[in-house]
Amino acid sequence: MSLRVVHYINQFFAQIGGEEKADYAPEYREGAVGPGLALNAAFKGEAEVVGTVICGDSYFNENLDAAKATVLKMISDAKPDVVVCGPAFNAGRYGVACGTVAAAVKDELNLPVVTGMYEENPGADMFKNKVYIIATKNSAAGMRDAAPKMASLAIKLAKGEKIGASAEEGYMPNGLRVNFFEAERGSTRAVKMLLNKLAGKPYTTEFPMPSFDRVAPGAAITDLAHTTIALVTSGGIVPKGNPDHIESSSASKFGRYDISSFEDLTAADHETAHGGYDPVYANEDADRVLPVDVLRKMEKEGKIGGIYPYFFTTVGNGTAVASAKKYGEAIGKELRDAGIKAAILTST
Amino acid sequence: MRLELGEIHISDIKLGDCSKVENGTLYVNVEELRALLLEDEDLASVDFEVVHPGESVRIIPVKDVIEPRVKVEGSGGVFPGMISKVTTVGSGKTHVLKGCAVVTTGKVVGFQEGIIDMTGPGAEYTPFSKLNNLVMICEPKEGIKQHQHEHAIRMAGLKAAAYLGALGKDVTPDETKVYETSGVMSGKEKYPDLPRVGYVLMLQSQGLLHDTYVYGVDMKKSMPTILNPTETMDGAILSGNCVSACDKNTTYHHLNNPVIHDLLEQHGKTLNFVGVIITNENVYLADKERSSDWSTKLAQFLELDGALVSQEGFGNPDTDLIMNCKKLEAAGIKTVIITDEYAGRDGASQSLADADPAADAVVTGGNANMVIHLPKMDKVIGHPEAANIIAGGFDGALEADGSITAELQVITGATNEMGFNKLSAR
Repeated sequence: MSLRVVHYINQFFAQIGGEEKADYAPEYREGAVGPGLALNAAFKGEAEVVGTVICGDSYFNENLDAAKATVLKMISDAKPDVVVCGPAFNAGRYGVACGTVAAAVKDELNLPVVTGMYEENPGADMFKNKVYIIATKNSAAGMRDAAPKMASLAIKLAKGEKIGASAEEGYMPNGLRVNFFEAERGSTRAVKMLLNKLAGKPYTTEFPMPSFDRVAPGAAITDLAHTTIALVTSGGIVPKGNPDHIESSSASKFGRYDISSFEDLTAADHETAHGGYDPVYANEDADRVLPVDVLRKMEKEGKIGGIYPYFFTTVGNGTAVASAKKYGEAIGKELRDAGIKAAILTST
Repeated sequence: MRLELGEIHISDIKLGDCSKVENGTLYVNVEELRALLLEDEDLASVDFEVVHPGESVRIIPVKDVIEPRVKVEGSGGVFPGMISKVTTVGSGKTHVLKGCAVVTTGKVVGFQEGIIDMTGPGAEYTPFSKLNNLVMICEPKEGIKQHQHEHAIRMAGLKAAAYLGALGKDVTPDETKVYETSGVMSGKEKYPDLPRVGYVLMLQSQGLLHDTYVYGVDMKKSMPTILNPTETMDGAILSGNCVSACDKNTTYHHLNNPVIHDLLEQHGKTLNFVGVIITNENVYLADKERSSDWSTKLAQFLELDGALVSQEGFGNPDTDLIMNCKKLEAAGIKTVIITDEYAGRDGASQSLADADPAADAVVTGGNANMVIHLPKMDKVIGHPEAANIIAGGFDGALEADGSITAELQVITGATNEMGFNKLSAR
């Protein structure tokens, strides 16, 4: 039995009318309408458009909540295996409607869904990280290219198959990096990219640069003698034996350990779990990474107020920025709640 | 410079009592080779295994992979400054035992040793699953420090590769490839209309088991300098690394540097390949600033129009990569960089530890944090429990049935940043 597909389109593609019919209220029709025929051809019998939900673009955007509820009910009642919206090409309101319906199908009906639109359609930026959006040309002339990509992705999603990288499947990059095998090795791709760049021809980077959040250093502490200092490290210093098994790379956790009774870290009690450097010197004397001995001396001399009784540690090596951020927030929260005003962060 | 590479195709390796290359088979006199390697007083034992593509075998932890070569004509010998004298190499004729490699394993040196699976899903990610490998299990004497251990295994691998390469000296190659480079002036005269392209080859030099040697010189103690591309084919650059397996450049990668081969392929056709600028990846900020200044300065001396930059390792070296790219672009040299990604297991995190808008042309070798399941193999050579501690592994990575669940990081050469593989990510 072929997979059941419900298709969402606007009044224009349903051949009801243009702008003058944009206030057309939602309607359900059995079978494929307009672009649904191209989808059916592309499904090659594996799937079939069993029903089409039509809604005017103005109606949808001006009656958002009611229209969305009606459209969702029509889709749900048709019991689809997968839902396809559009493609909207460069029609802005239609793109936003397709994205809104697709996101609601995914989140509220928990059904797989694919939409399609031109990359400059305002709906693309709004929804590309939420649902799969096939990148299309900017006019309906692009249906011939779009239909096979949307059909293939819809079938894969309906069957629960593994979805390839954006470059393979044709969907817009959605912020999730996916591995795949290219046709040529990396060096050959790099030489070609360089030749295009030198000739002023277009080329596409395989990794667009992210925007980094830079953190400005805090103001200097003026009263160190009355300030308790916390020690935090990404250098992997742990009690001997690494009791929480912090990984040597790509750490899945941070540790919090009591140093209130330590004057000096030694090879007998501490070591490093870090896999990014020769551990010999850190294992001989963990103070080299986590300077407990020096701080205790300064504490005795009255140069600092004290040391926070626990130190926090993780392994920076190969650890994703998102993980590091999560650990940093948790550590920061404890220190803030404890009223700690200063911390020394050591790296390796 | 002109170098002829005579490739002798090796389809099998056999262990026995006579060392020779005959009809595409490499015969190894195990006792003779073992005696040579045990001259090193830091090694307690060396054992040998032969593995072929498609066999249900896992090698863990892998230290280095080396292709046997021998100098037949021209000055110098292979692995100069380490095995042969420091004489400049890269011209004349060199024979290569193609289709085979020496793989060194044994007790883990650093955390960052890798896995080679000869079959199954893991095999698809490592180029070394396609070779006939002479695996050397080198165990160190008790009580030696990690850096002595690293040195002992590194030298054992190089000695063995030179010993095996020498067996091909008088064998007629199956195929001969000629690589010819131009001087700075003659290249300009010969190809006046072609863009002048250079290769900035970043060498891992963070120290503490993260080192690369050029003519025997520890690269962290060297300023950036210029190599003729063919010098690398005679082993001018050697790995001394225990960095993450997936993106460490093994000695095999240096000998077969894909950027150099692809640029030479285009030399005189679409571009003028002027030369290789080697630079380091030291940990101090002043070193990073100085080296990236110098690599750019050398690129300007060579009056390059374009540059390709390759990286080794990740995290700390990302800053060197971005500095090199930024400064080359600011000097008006169009630049493409090759890197890999640490985007988290879900692929949602920032991929690099540094970034800049000038890096607008990037080739990626894939996301090294991707989790992969490596099924049980019939045979394991080395120490499987290393899976729990090597970079990319985690406690419990080695399951009771012998299978391993770990990040792609654990696989030797998987996300190579010289662009050796087809793996990528979007």
